[in-house]
Amino acid sequence: MSWEVVIGLEIHAQLTTKSKIFSGASTAYGAAPNSQACPIDIGMPGMLPVLNQAVIGKSILLGLALDAEIGKRSVFDRKNYFYPDLPKGYQTTQFEFPIVGQGKLEIELEDGTKKVIGVTRAHLEEDAGKSVHGLEQGQTGVDLNRAGTPLLEIVSDPDMSSAKEAVAYAKKMHELVQYLGICDGNMQEGSFRVDSNVSVRRPGEPLGTRAELKNINSFRFIEKAIEIEIERQIELIESGGTVVQETRLYDAENDTTRSMRTKEDANDYRYFPCPDLLPVIITDEDIEAVRTTMPELPDAKRTRFVAEFGLSDYDATVLTGSRAMAEFFESVVGLTKEKDVKLCANWMTSGFSAALNRDGLSVTESPVSAEMLAGMIERILDNSISGKIAKQVFEAMWQGEGTADQIIESRDLKQITDTGVIEALVDEVLANNLEQVEAYKAGQTKMLGYFVGQIMKASGGQANPGQVNKMLVAKLK
Amino acid sequence: MHNLTIKQMSEKLHAGEFTSVQLTQHYLDRIAKYDAELNAYITVTPELAIQMAEEADKKLADGSAELLTGIPVAHKDIFCTDGVKTSCGSKMLDNFIAPYDAHIVTQLKKVGMPILGKTNMDEFAMGSSSESSYYGATKNPWDHQAVPGGSSGGAAAVIAAGLAPLATGTDTGGSIRQPASFCGITGIKPTYGAVSRFGIIAYASSFDQAGPMTRSAEDSAWLLNAMAGFDERDSTSLEREKPDYTAELERSLDGLKIGVPAEYFGEGLDADVAKVVKTAIAEMEKLGAEVVEVHLPNKDLAVPSYYVLAPAEASSNLSRFDGVRFGYRCEQPKDLTDLYKRSRSEGFGEEVKRRIMVGAYALSAGYYDAYYLKAQKLRRMVRDDFINAFQSCDVIMGPVAPTPAFKIGEKSDDQVSMYLSDLYTIPVNLGGLPALSVPAGFAQNLPVGLHIVGPYFSEAKLLNIGHQFQQVTDWHTKTPAQYQ
Amino acid sequence: MSLGKTEVEYISQLTQIEVREDAVDGVAEKLSNIIDLFAQMEAVDTQNVLPMAHPLDAVQRLRPDVVTEVDQHEKLQAIAPAAAEAHYLVPQVIE
Repeated sequence: MSWEVVIGLEIHAQLTTKSKIFSGASTAYGAAPNSQACPIDIGMPGMLPVLNQAVIGKSILLGLALDAEIGKRSVFDRKNYFYPDLPKGYQTTQFEFPIVGQGKLEIELEDGTKKVIGVTRAHLEEDAGKSVHGLEQGQTGVDLNRAGTPLLEIVSDPDMSSAKEAVAYAKKMHELVQYLGICDGNMQEGSFRVDSNVSVRRPGEPLGTRAELKNINSFRFIEKAIEIEIERQIELIESGGTVVQETRLYDAENDTTRSMRTKEDANDYRYFPCPDLLPVIITDEDIEAVRTTMPELPDAKRTRFVAEFGLSDYDATVLTGSRAMAEFFESVVGLTKEKDVKLCANWMTSGFSAALNRDGLSVTESPVSAEMLAGMIERILDNSISGKIAKQVFEAMWQGEGTADQIIESRDLKQITDTGVIEALVDEVLANNLEQVEAYKAGQTKMLGYFVGQIMKASGGQANPGQVNKMLVAKLK
Repeated sequence: MHNLTIKQMSEKLHAGEFTSVQLTQHYLDRIAKYDAELNAYITVTPELAIQMAEEADKKLADGSAELLTGIPVAHKDIFCTDGVKTSCGSKMLDNFIAPYDAHIVTQLKKVGMPILGKTNMDEFAMGSSSESSYYGATKNPWDHQAVPGGSSGGAAAVIAAGLAPLATGTDTGGSIRQPASFCGITGIKPTYGAVSRFGIIAYASSFDQAGPMTRSAEDSAWLLNAMAGFDERDSTSLEREKPDYTAELERSLDGLKIGVPAEYFGEGLDADVAKVVKTAIAEMEKLGAEVVEVHLPNKDLAVPSYYVLAPAEASSNLSRFDGVRFGYRCEQPKDLTDLYKRSRSEGFGEEVKRRIMVGAYALSAGYYDAYYLKAQKLRRMVRDDFINAFQSCDVIMGPVAPTPAFKIGEKSDDQVSMYLSDLYTIPVNLGGLPALSVPAGFAQNLPVGLHIVGPYFSEAKLLNIGHQFQQVTDWHTKTPAQYQ
Repeated sequence: MSLGKTEVEYISQLTQIEVREDAVDGVAEKLSNIIDLFAQMEAVDTQNVLPMAHPLDAVQRLRPDVVTEVDQHEKLQAIAPAAAEAHYLVPQVIE
């Protein structure tokens, strides 16, 4: 008894504009309630919408990145229903003529297989406000700050057949919109919302009834929710029941999905073209102008990093994790004149990334700039410091003590490379450890490490390890 | 003072023969005396008016005044006026003090025109008689048993009775022109997009247009100059160089081709009205114009099409009135649904509720194609009839309404009959074309207007024709005896 | 009569306008009269006619992405039927 799973995702991405889609109120997150809701956002009598120029270019960018048709004549429609967070009693959206048409996105699964997922369309619409509970007994509070924030609703074809595929698609889209600079991808703040439509069917049969999973803001939970929903539907049908078309929420504590009381009792939205707005016309020139601003996309960047810098797939993936990371890396490589790309990559994927994660910072918030990191790497390359000392230097830079040069100077960390000094150190250690010298000469070559350790200790870690090694070997012959 | 033309009023103000405060007070006194019986004003704003008149007098004194500075105006209660009750004739907004000005209100404030008050209207502009106002019907100054027309009935009445020298109205299906005709005054609906809709409480967005309601075409031209122009806050506002609507007033009508549709003079048109209209057109011929017959074959599709589209848009525009953020809220709502349903049922009058319901129905699943989409197609056909007709004429003339003003209560039970009486005015709104109504005579002792429709952007020409007609006739100077 | 009780109840739901039991028939009749007016449109051949949403063939104008509005919530909420702690209030909605 086999089952086919059909999943389609609807992603709402908040566009990174300063002002709202139809008014000049700010879209900044976290403002005091209703401080960013102007009369137009509140739907007051006589107020009218005027379209924000910035949403057009951002929509075209996404369309181009998805290899999609660009809707050269798109129309805003009204979706009519009543709810407290919907001040006008309708949402301005695009129904029949969206700004982006059919496109596609290629995803890669954990086992390396690739699959092309169709994107049906992407359209512009305005976000609703927020309901707040608990302010007053028996009352719900409404904050309209978010009302009017521009959204791009990205609808996939129902091409995914497992929770993993769905999450791979969602993550890829998440990465893409951030790379394009059109959405900040902050799922905690609601800038990137994924709704999953899930249904099951026996092979060869028509599509089953789907349930919609909403309000889940982490990829991990989205995956779990979809998996548990698939199980639920299969169990339900196998025991003789029928799946109801409804919206469901994910209960993380109990790992189940549960039905949400629907906000719109009658789903007759009575879409019709919004008479306060006129058709949006996009010319070929407009599209080409946007195309020239298209940044290098993640896949292309990864491929180039492997080809141009000889990086491993793994390193390339980590370094292209975000556009900011990739740009930071290329900056560091450039500043060190590509003398040792692998070293730059290692520092970025280990020490730098670890510090960011530890302190919960994004690349753009890093206290160490690309110039600073490059400066430090230059000192490793010119033997001023060892890799080990560099770790101290990095940490000091991170804490704001200054540039690599300033720290090396103030902490006197410069590596000892003077042959005379090293020779003296080697001689001293060998003279003080005669037993271990005998052991080494008797065949315990591992003793070399002990000597190196002693020398490093005696030099405060500053002796150049390579030179120390070479000299030890020579002296122990 | 109230019998002066605007030009004369302006000259005297500028010459210092009287002040704006005196002029404004004169009108406030008349309002206090006569409005109780007419019920043309919903709100009178004496303090604001005098305050603005004082400001205007300063401008008149220091030489920075314009032609209309200091001349008071009455705004239809559909225009949001900052700090002033703006009710739209409805219980739903009985407690609404607008926190902003409509664009045209700002424009006229800039000129320095004192605001006398807000005039009565059909609730949410839905009606042709002003009877559906929450504040009761306005009486026609010519016959207190008759309606003044609607929805800008209050505005028409204040001009006819001399309770304001200038008034603003809106026209969605004839709401400036028909009351102008019923009250014997002049009113013009401009080309769609010529005047900003920002701050006008929306009824049917793709039809609504604001315009002047005045004693004469010349007065209307001056007021339209002040009202019109591009406003970036209205996406449907036309971005073109603002014309001077008074520029062509003095032009001769020699060679003017007047199209008269054969379809206009059929059954249903009151014989006396037909006579007045034909006489008026003959007057035009005397002034050098030539009459040609034109055809508007899709004329009968206009009313059904309009009564699908306008209510459809209204059903959506009025969804914002839900008792949540402003306006009327029912007492002690039990839950959200109760809040919505009772606030809206109690706040809206019957005609508004009917149109919202019809409109929602026309947009609903299963009916969208047959009603809404079909009506949009008919809309184009009706408009194209005019475009075609204008190939062989410059303007089209005919009646504004099939009868003179009907009695209060006469049609309030028969909606469809009321709707059908808009047959001459509605086609113009469907097309977004400009049209003027000028007083042309009397039928059964009530005023009758002449309807003049022009191609897009021909307002200056329409006002020219109106003005020239008013040079050789005196219908526009007539006032009911008791208000002289 | 083209509209019956069911339709009136449906429309009442869509528009959130209450129609009392005893008023339903009257409302159905009035609405039917208006909708019967639409029947005239049916017979007309509009196959090759494009719908007209706006009178002039204008195109949507764009505004620059600049913040122009300031916090006015106190002024705007002064006329609200119910507000507390800068929020508009409605009877509790359970999701």
